[in-house]
Parts: sequence; C-alpha cells; structure tokens
Amino acid sequence: MSTKWRDLSPKERREAVDGYLSISPWFIGFLLFTLGPVLATIYFSLTEWTLTRPPVWIGLENYVRMFTRDPLFLQALKVTGNFVLLSVPLKLVFGLGLALLLNLKLKGMNFYRTVFYIPAVISGVAVSLMWIWLLQPDTGVVNTLLELVGIEGPNWFWDPDWALPSVALMSVWSVGGSAIIYLAGLQNIPPHLYEAANIDGAGKWTSFWKITLPLLTPTLFFQLIVEMIESFKVFTQAFVITKGGPLKATYFYLYYFYEEAFQNFNMGYASALALVLVVIIMTATIILNYTSKHWVYYESDAGRA
Amino acid sequence: MTTPTISKSAYKTPWISPRTRQWLGNSFTYLGMTILALLFMIPIIWMFSTSLKARWEIFVWPPQWFPETLHWENYVEAFTRYPMGRFMLNSGFLVIINIIGEFISVPLIAYGFARLRFPGKNIFFVVMLGTMMIPGHVKLIPLFSIYHKLGLLDTYWPLILPAFFGNPFFIFLMAQYMRTIPRDLDEAARMDGAGTWTILYRIILPLCKPPLTIILVYTFWWTWNEFLHPLIYLNTFDSFPVQLGLAFFKGRYSVEWNLFMAATLVSIIPVLILYFFLQKHLIGGIASVGLKG
Repeated sequence: MSTKWRDLSPKERREAVDGYLSISPWFIGFLLFTLGPVLATIYFSLTEWTLTRPPVWIGLENYVRMFTRDPLFLQALKVTGNFVLLSVPLKLVFGLGLALLLNLKLKGMNFYRTVFYIPAVISGVAVSLMWIWLLQPDTGVVNTLLELVGIEGPNWFWDPDWALPSVALMSVWSVGGSAIIYLAGLQNIPPHLYEAANIDGAGKWTSFWKITLPLLTPTLFFQLIVEMIESFKVFTQAFVITKGGPLKATYFYLYYFYEEAFQNFNMGYASALALVLVVIIMTATIILNYTSKHWVYYESDAGRA
Repeated sequence: MTTPTISKSAYKTPWISPRTRQWLGNSFTYLGMTILALLFMIPIIWMFSTSLKARWEIFVWPPQWFPETLHWENYVEAFTRYPMGRFMLNSGFLVIINIIGEFISVPLIAYGFARLRFPGKNIFFVVMLGTMMIPGHVKLIPLFSIYHKLGLLDTYWPLILPAFFGNPFFIFLMAQYMRTIPRDLDEAARMDGAGTWTILYRIILPLCKPPLTIILVYTFWWTWNEFLHPLIYLNTFDSFPVQLGLAFFKGRYSVEWNLFMAATLVSIIPVLILYFFLQKHLIGGIASVGLKG
C-alpha cells in the first residue's frame, strides 16, 4: 500500500488511526522486546561487562578473543556443528520414513498417528530425564534389549565418544512431529500422478523417486531449515543430562553461552557469542536457500497473487 | 495357466488368491506398525513401570517389566516429599496468564493487519514476520539486565509480560484466518452504525474459534514445556514451574528413580490430556505451519 497520510480522506484517516491503535501493542512489544534488545546486544558485544559494573568499550576485542584464543568457543562450535550434521539427516530420514508409513491407506491409521505423535508433544526436561534412565549403561532398558539381540550397548551419555550421538538418537524419538508435516506434504500430491505412472508400468520404487520425492522437496526444504535451526539451539539436553560433559563432548553452543552469561556473568563476551551464533545460523540458512534452486521443485509460480 | 476348475480350489490356498494376499499384506503392515508403535512407547511404558517399583527393585538386573507389587504410594511420595503439586500449580498459573495475554493482544493486532487500511501496513507486516526469524537467545542478555534494573528478577513478570504484546506467529495465523471471513459482514455491520471495535468483538472474533483454539493449545504447550526462561529468571524454589522443578529434582534425589519417574510422568499428563482432546487442532495447526514454507 503506497498511500500517504495526506492523500487520505477524513474517513480513511479515522480508519488509519484505528489501524495504528490496533497494531500498537505489537509495535511497542517489537521495540521493547525485539529491536531494543537486539541493538543492545550488538552494543554489549563490543564491551566488557559483568553486570555489577557498567560496560567498558573494548571494540572488537571479544570477537578477536573468540576466534584466536578461546578453545571453549571452538569446542562448542565443533560439538554443535557435528550435532547439526548428525541429527538433521537422521531426523529427515526417519521423519520421512515414518510419514510414508502413516500415509498408507489402512483402517485405524489415525490410532497410529496419535501414538507416534505423542513423543513430539512431551518435550523439555521430562524427555531428557526419561532418556537418562533409559540409557543407563548397566541397568538401562535400552542396553538390556540390545543384549537380547546380542549387542553390547555402549555407555551412552557417559562415554565421550557416544554422548553426542546419544543426544542425536534421542531426538529421533520425537520425530513424529516432523512426520506429521511430511504427511501433510504427501497428502497434497495429486493421486492422478500415481495412477498415470501405474498405467505407464512404473513400480512403487520408481514412483517414489520420480513423483513423491520431487514433489515433497518444498516440504523437505522447509523442514531442513527448521530442524537445522533447532539443532543449533540445543540447550535443555546439555543442561539436564550431561552438563556439557563428559570431557566437553556435549558442550553445546547455547550451553556455553548460558554459562558465560548467567553463571560467570561475562555479559559482554556472551553477547558476542550470541551474535556469532545468529550469524552462523543466518549464513547456513542463506546457503541452503541458495542451493534450493537446484533441488527444490516448485510446480509453478502461476496463480500466485 | 490354470483351468477354471483348478483355480476354484486354488482360491482357497493363501498363496494364490489376490484377496488373501491383500489380507496378508495388510496384516504384515499392521504387525510392523504395531511393533514400531510398541518400540516408540517403550520409553513411556518403562517410565510407568519404574514409577511403580519399590526402591530395591529399581536397579535389579535383569530389569523387571512388572513390579512385584504396584507401589502407587510412590506418586503420593513424589508429591509430599517434593513440591510437585506446587510446581504444577505454578506452571498452570503461567499457562493461564499467558493464554489471557495472547487472547487479549493477538485478535486486536491481527484485526488491524487483516482488515484496517493504513499507510505502512505492509511494511509493518513484513517486519513482524521477519522478527519470527530472530533466535530468542540474542535478546536474552539485554532483557535480563532490564528486568534486573527494574527489580523484576525472580518474579513471574518476565515470563508473562511478552504474551500481552502478541506472539508474531499467532498474529500471522489469526490475520490469515480473519482474511477468509467475508467482508460483507463488516460492511453490513458498518451500515448499522457499528464502529471498528464493535465489528471486531461482536462480528469477527466470534467467528475465530479455530485460530483461538490453536493459540490456546500452543500457548499451553509451550509454556508448560518452557525451560530456559524460567531457569534464567527464577531463583526461588517455591516459584519454580514444572520443568525447572524436575531439573532440580534430579540433583536432589538422583538415586530414587521410582519417585523421579512418577514425578516426570505426572508432569507430562496435562500435556497428554490436552493432546488427546485437541488432537485435530494440534496436528492440523502444525501441518499448516509446515505448508507455509
């Protein structure tokens, strides 16, 4: 809308005033809870500040320190990066697999949908606590079940090599959430495409690769971005289960940020940490978005207003 | 290949009849799905089983699926030795206030975006959508220091105030829904002399039950599961919401897993109840978020 205030009739002005009034709560909230804090974080990231004393301007020193002499930062970056590379593909594959199962035309499928979705509903601390108990090395139920099929289970969260994969594996349990989104995507694929493919003699496998997967790429792309961002922001598992250990094997980025900001009260340095994570997430999103031209299939942009 | 007479008897053997094959295929699918569903439910079943065990049974090897006697009193103990009831009430309070906040702010703001004309509206709308992309943690330090300066740390204010300014995701959802309501209704009411706000609260809002339900469900769900914000803002044990209380439960009674699992199970019951009652809205809502991309 390119209209200007002075072009409006008195009646239109009254409507415009009502309009500004109605969105004013959002706008005030935007200034107070978003714009202001983000700008403040940028400023604080250029200072040394421990909450008790006023911030001292130190220029880019926080960033220099981060990239040149902070092994913890590099560790947190490595852990989080590995986690993203590990958990995102896992969740994509299992989510899509589950969605394909739930898309089968069978009676009573709603019951299974309900069951598989339950884990996605109960997030947070409860899930972390549950997995500590399930993955106990000696008496845990997972290792007991593995033993039944002759596998000696690892020490999970208590083994530096297994701790990070354990956190990734437990996120697979909650994959019902993304499965539901794939399911919506699957159900949007017109059935006549499959019928046509069937007449042409294409098998189920061919149909999947030539029809289902290409038409699902917009949903896959959306989920890829959402899950990548989520994986960068893992915190609860690190806090509740591992405290970043053992041997900093699960020292997630946001956990490091939390320790710096709210336990050591290095607010200036923590602000810089927060911003670097935002830049990383944004860069990753932009790169993915750029690659999407080559693999995401959009039927046509016609019909868009 | 077969003559009709043979095929009639062959019909009865399962290897040939297509209908039987179909039936078998379905049975295998059902069997597979059921096994998978059981696997998915093992964590919760195990949690339930642990919560009913005596203390000596917890670490017994090999693990028992069925406790010798059902120790329902573990649940009582989880509530008496530890303020689980208090934590749940605290969370319930936060949930209710947050829902009230969103219900007051979101329809009002969405109405402006969906129905009223004013210069700069599209820019505001795009900015609002853009704020959804900003990760929450960048705002945490300045907000913490503001609440610190205002003396609002260790109160519920930081956890309820934002709801009264409208969650952008909800505003978007509500505005999209309002746009589907025919404008004739507004026009007719306006003819009858109704003002802007009367139209919103008398005509539009009563038609907005589906998005309001989604807002209710999500606010309940997110507030109940929220951990980072209460962790940062609250210090007083008695004011802890459920997730925070559970996290500290672990520190205190790290060997009493039976009590611990009882408490954890109770903590997820409200969300499960909500889910079973409002399943369609929740799943439909999530799917519609997915379609947005």
